[in-house]
Amino acid sequence: MVGVSLREVGAPNAATVLAPTKKSESRNLSFYYGSFQALKSISMPIYEKQVTALIGPSGCGKSTFLRCFNRMHDLYPGNRYEGQIMLYPDNTNLLSPEVDPIEVRMRISMVFQKPNPFPKSIYENVAYGLRVRGVTRRAIIDEKVEEALRSAALWDEVKQRLNDLAFNLSGGQQQRLCIARALATDPEILLFDEPTSALDPIATASIEQLITDLKARVTILIVTHNMQQAARVSDYTAYMYLGELIEFDATDTIFIKPKNKETEDYITGRFG
Amino acid sequence: MSEPQPRLDEIRRLIAAHKRWDLFFALLGLLALMIGVLAFVALFGQMVVDGLPRLSPDFFTSFPSRKPEQAGILSAWVGSTLVMLVTAATAVPLGVGAGIYLEEYAPKNWMTDLIEINVTNLAGVPSIVYGLLALGLFVYGFGLGQSIATAGLTLGLLILPVVIVATREAIRSIPAAIREGSYALGATKWQTTSHHILPYSLPGIMTGVIIGMARAIGETAPVITIGALTFIAFVPPAPVKAEAPFVSFEWLFSPFTVMPIQMFNWTSRPEAAFHHNAAAAGLVLVVMTLSMNAIAIFIRYRLRKKIKW
Repeated sequence: MVGVSLREVGAPNAATVLAPTKKSESRNLSFYYGSFQALKSISMPIYEKQVTALIGPSGCGKSTFLRCFNRMHDLYPGNRYEGQIMLYPDNTNLLSPEVDPIEVRMRISMVFQKPNPFPKSIYENVAYGLRVRGVTRRAIIDEKVEEALRSAALWDEVKQRLNDLAFNLSGGQQQRLCIARALATDPEILLFDEPTSALDPIATASIEQLITDLKARVTILIVTHNMQQAARVSDYTAYMYLGELIEFDATDTIFIKPKNKETEDYITGRFG
Repeated sequence: MSEPQPRLDEIRRLIAAHKRWDLFFALLGLLALMIGVLAFVALFGQMVVDGLPRLSPDFFTSFPSRKPEQAGILSAWVGSTLVMLVTAATAVPLGVGAGIYLEEYAPKNWMTDLIEINVTNLAGVPSIVYGLLALGLFVYGFGLGQSIATAGLTLGLLILPVVIVATREAIRSIPAAIREGSYALGATKWQTTSHHILPYSLPGIMTGVIIGMARAIGETAPVITIGALTFIAFVPPAPVKAEAPFVSFEWLFSPFTVMPIQMFNWTSRPEAAFHHNAAAAGLVLVVMTLSMNAIAIFIRYRLRKKIKW
């Protein structure tokens, strides 16, 4: 059904960004849940310190694509990757069988759809990534926890009660806690899987602001079901449909002058 | 439209007729329930009436005797307690380990399916069969004799399926998002299991262990099969000693009796006075079982309140 007019994105919209460097890139990435092919040969770049949004109707494979970046699919049997995801500057193929998925997850953090704090204290939630890495010095952990909570715009709200159970926070605070938890280990890429779908509009606004602030220090890839959100927070947007990448371009171009008819139909609400 | 009244009357008659069936089945259900409840209350009441007058501090501190008024359950409750210790020490590590392996580590293939079916079936094996197994394996095979160790290991095996199933269900109730959250931070399987899966499923596991123990403490058949003595006028050697190395495991290999066997022994005597002793011992056993169940409910309630997914 698709005669993909995937434009080569060697030089993206120069008006918004000046020659961003590639942090990562998927090359002919296909993915299979058993015999079902969920992703069909997707090739696209992820630019450093930019926000890239993945949009498309439910079941288009955007979450599946995102979860390839930290090898989350390895947790379940019967899943299979084809193609490559390169991580730069070291040219590591994240999907290579020689690369340990744990190493990948230590470099690339993820924030989930629903806030999923551990039933531990606020402090321990943020410290967990460090504990996994064998950090035991209290001073170092204290410093990192504070820094991460500040970056997630949560420090002022929780500094008095770091030992409280994380469940006592509101939904929006819990999600910012999960962002702090993901940031504490200085990831190279931060993955967001519909991070605001379980939140109210005010909490959503604060998460979106946070994403915009965070791109100064980390490369961000975000799945969203909300096109306005993609338009608000992202620099680049990829439109996916039925496991294929239909169009990838600077967000302004995708939303104002999409090259592809299908993208336009989806953006303008005629479809999806 | 012109004549709504007769129609309405008919509908009401119909409803009334239907509701008679409602009432009939409600009463039938209540009756069925009452038969069970009343039977238990009657039995328990009879036990209280017969046994309560015999309950005194002496009853707990005396050995069995040929004179019913001097007989007590000292060796029985000490035996039951020690056997339960060994049972817990056997069933908890084996059951929890097996449960974790099956949920977290085992590949999903036909071998695992086969093991799962076996575990489920184990729960349905009659307890006397465990007794026969223990007689052959522990008493003669391992040469443990008719000891507390043998009884504890046997009852440990008996409640193993209960502990495994409880562990698996507790683990399964942990949302996938929590597990994925841990893996996403770069945790290994064992880090995820020891930092998250095990602590969060602990209330469920403990509940299962206690319910299993409550079952084990009342088991008679397998303990008779391995040869628990019915007349024991001494307690096993103490686990703590005055001289180095201060701990002793001699008690593990001591002959013993347990509460249900003591009861059984007294019930089979012709004198009525011994039957009162049996009722009193039964009362103690029921209270032990019920309080174990109460502790299980308490743990479930208290610890689960902290964790709301």
